[in-house]
Amino acid sequence: MEIKLNGELRKVDVSPWETLLEVLRNKLGATEVKNGCSKGDCGACAVILDERPVNSCLTLALQANGKEVVTLKGIGTEEKLHPLQKCFIEGGAIQCGFCTAGHIVSAKALLDKNPRPTRDEIREAISGNLCRCTGYKKIVEAIEGAALEA
Amino acid sequence: MPGERKTDMSSRDGYQIIGKPMPRHDAWDKALGKTKYADDFSMPGMLYGKVLRSRYPAAKILTIDTSEAERLPGVEAVLTAKDVPNNETVTRFGQTHEVGGFEGLYRVLADKKIRYMGEGIALIAAKTQEIAEKAAKLIRVDYEMLPGVFDPVEAMKPGAYQVGESESNVICNYKVRKGHIEEGFAQSDIIIENTYRVPHVEHAFLEPDSGVAWIDENDVITIRVSTQVMEHFRGVADVLGIPHNQVRVVVPMVGGGFGSKEDITVETYLALLTQRTGKPVKMTYTREESILVTSKRHPYVMKYKTGATKDGKLVALEAELISDAGAHIYLSPWVLLYSTVNATGPYDITHVKVDAYTVLTNNTFCSANRGFGVPQVCFAYESQMDELAKRLNLSPLEIRKKNYLKKGDALATGRVLNYAVETQQTAEKTSAALGELSKPRLPNEKIGRGIASGMMSYGRMVFLHDTSRSYVGVELDGSVTVKCGVQDIGGGQASSLASIAAEVLGVSMKDVKVFIGDTALTPIAGTTTATRQLYMSGNATLSAATEVKNNILNKAGQMMEAHPGDLVIRDKRIHVRGVPSRFITLESAIKACAAEGIPLYNVAQFKGPFRELIDFKTGQGQVFPDFTFGSHAAEVAVDTETGSVKLLKLIACYDVGRAINPLSVEGQLEGGALYGLGYALTEKIILDKGITLTPSFSEYLIPTSLDAPDVKTIIVESGGGAGPFGAKGIGEPACVSVAPAIANAVCNAIGARIFDLPLTPEKILRALKKIS
Repeated sequence: MEIKLNGELRKVDVSPWETLLEVLRNKLGATEVKNGCSKGDCGACAVILDERPVNSCLTLALQANGKEVVTLKGIGTEEKLHPLQKCFIEGGAIQCGFCTAGHIVSAKALLDKNPRPTRDEIREAISGNLCRCTGYKKIVEAIEGAALEA
Repeated sequence: MPGERKTDMSSRDGYQIIGKPMPRHDAWDKALGKTKYADDFSMPGMLYGKVLRSRYPAAKILTIDTSEAERLPGVEAVLTAKDVPNNETVTRFGQTHEVGGFEGLYRVLADKKIRYMGEGIALIAAKTQEIAEKAAKLIRVDYEMLPGVFDPVEAMKPGAYQVGESESNVICNYKVRKGHIEEGFAQSDIIIENTYRVPHVEHAFLEPDSGVAWIDENDVITIRVSTQVMEHFRGVADVLGIPHNQVRVVVPMVGGGFGSKEDITVETYLALLTQRTGKPVKMTYTREESILVTSKRHPYVMKYKTGATKDGKLVALEAELISDAGAHIYLSPWVLLYSTVNATGPYDITHVKVDAYTVLTNNTFCSANRGFGVPQVCFAYESQMDELAKRLNLSPLEIRKKNYLKKGDALATGRVLNYAVETQQTAEKTSAALGELSKPRLPNEKIGRGIASGMMSYGRMVFLHDTSRSYVGVELDGSVTVKCGVQDIGGGQASSLASIAAEVLGVSMKDVKVFIGDTALTPIAGTTTATRQLYMSGNATLSAATEVKNNILNKAGQMMEAHPGDLVIRDKRIHVRGVPSRFITLESAIKACAAEGIPLYNVAQFKGPFRELIDFKTGQGQVFPDFTFGSHAAEVAVDTETGSVKLLKLIACYDVGRAINPLSVEGQLEGGALYGLGYALTEKIILDKGITLTPSFSEYLIPTSLDAPDVKTIIVESGGGAGPFGAKGIGEPACVSVAPAIANAVCNAIGARIFDLPLTPEKILRALKKIS
């Protein structure tokens, strides 16, 4: 199959039963996409598939054939941090960091569609992303802050 | 000098970094997806490990036939108990001092009795994960079913089913005796007696247990693993029957621990498979596996009888605590001791009698969980306080204020509190922060408020003789290196060391590189447990950095013809205090030191207080270095038709002594509040005769962003802690008094008390007598 991963065209051999998560992590080196539960409960594996946030553990790799996939690494770089990354860092929205990729990806998908979300809309958008460390408050504030900066 | 804590007095008059909110040094890599957690790491030619686990909670293994699995192409090793050099050792948790009665059996693979569902029976290493899983299905185990026992109260009875082979089901019993309990109740005008129950709780860290092991070029078995205790390398070596220095543990950033990664998880299995095959092996638990087989928070049955005078002074407290340890001992005796000492809470009570028991059953084993036996008793004693207040017509705050322990007072165990005790201030602040009472938005809604206070130790039990070591060095260009064997589980354990070193040496956070978690390369700093790292490794780092600074300033004094005590390092310059224009560069002083062989590094050891065991007949003696005190307040809306609870306000206020990084402290308080909110309202592992019915996050419900109120945090800084710059620990205390504050609020809203957690809609409707 062929996908555009973070702007780069990638070809990869996959089995029909492989999930997008497995292919991203094991075959394309995208270990920034995390596996927290493999069942769609935690959101750590969220990626943007053609502008929609999806749990890559519940997506078959072949469903992404010919499509564009954006992971955390496609959102910003060290030289050019995305406002979400900057606000997550500065606002203390990251503790252990394992859920961070999923949260930033879900937030990016939200801001792409709704550049000025309310706090309730933010909470709704990340309700599929579990975090056990932060209590969510600083994550919601970081997304709110990024919306103002973007 | 080792063993002494040196406070850098010169920087007390205006910190540059300490006390300023700032991002942790590791936040950038995490935001960019560059941090490599345990499962993100692979080795060439790596095999995949799998554990075959028991399907039953109580059984005897008759035979194990692995022949078919061994014949499957791609399988490189199948191990059972007979292949493990030392299958039975004892549990140790990085302690430097052996304490009789506190060590339990560590059995790597089951060969006699099966004690819980999911107990490991065989290990497989194969070329792919799929082959390893297929091989596990080809192993034939014949079991003889045994009845088992699943209730700790039943398991305590004479003639109960014996969980282990030789040991009694009752693991241990602690007592506290102070005054004369009968006299105390005779003097009481009012006595409240209730039984409280709390459930098994899952840690629910987001990163499942994982590791990769290989044999390095020096023939050392190296394990890169997600753990809170890298010192398990000793236990792994004991199982393998090789010297301790032949096993190395490397700990990457850990995706949450909350106590569960304090026990050995995958590391022994990995070491055995690597030793057998000579090849690298990876093992990552599935989420279901992690919930089924790793430790849980202990459920307790707690009988409390509390007596007070009519004006609200506590006179007597009698408690019986029974905890379900599950199938193996692990940390249960330690957890129980925490519960015992904390059973009276932050209150001064004249007559006290506590009897505590922890009991083996055929349930999943329990061990460390954030709070370590303290959130359980806090739920009970704080519910009792509100019941007393209601009967005496006092406000919850009033009755507590009449009874708080103050600095210089003694706990029921006789321990005098010689560090700051600011519980009352935290309770007053949380109560005030509730502000105006919210109005119900629906006709069926009732609003209620509650507060609760709590205390919890930071630092390990003093008879463990705990130590930590840290290396601080200055490079020739003025950059700073810290090497300290902490495990960073997301609490900022590494970043706080960078803050301390940067503060003392007058450089920025970006100038400090921290190397952590490697038994071969970083000085041993002990476990990331017991809310101890800032206290222990923070003090060690402060001491080492101060020593290096003194060496540099002594040289600079000669160079500048000034008294070293008058010199300040700031922004990579050394200047005379108050005269910034009279300076030399830090780099020039460093180069002068290097040229003369003046040490530009130091390895300091910090020792916690060393004491011997307490008197177990009376519970009298010192168990902990110090405690962190604080309070939570909650305002809830209860829907009396559906029984659902919504948190309108949740306020956390704890005295942290000194906030090294206030942004991190807020994070701990906010996260701790949510951890407690889950305990209060939704979290419970449901076990049916030892079988877990809630092995996923769609069945075991932790709070989501939609359940989370905007937690308001209030940081009190008494400056009176035993940690660096007067800090206390906050990681675990942050979750202690949340559930009782919420329970008290719910009780206030509906006018009825619920005695067991979690406060589900069903229980609330039952308390409202809407269902039977």
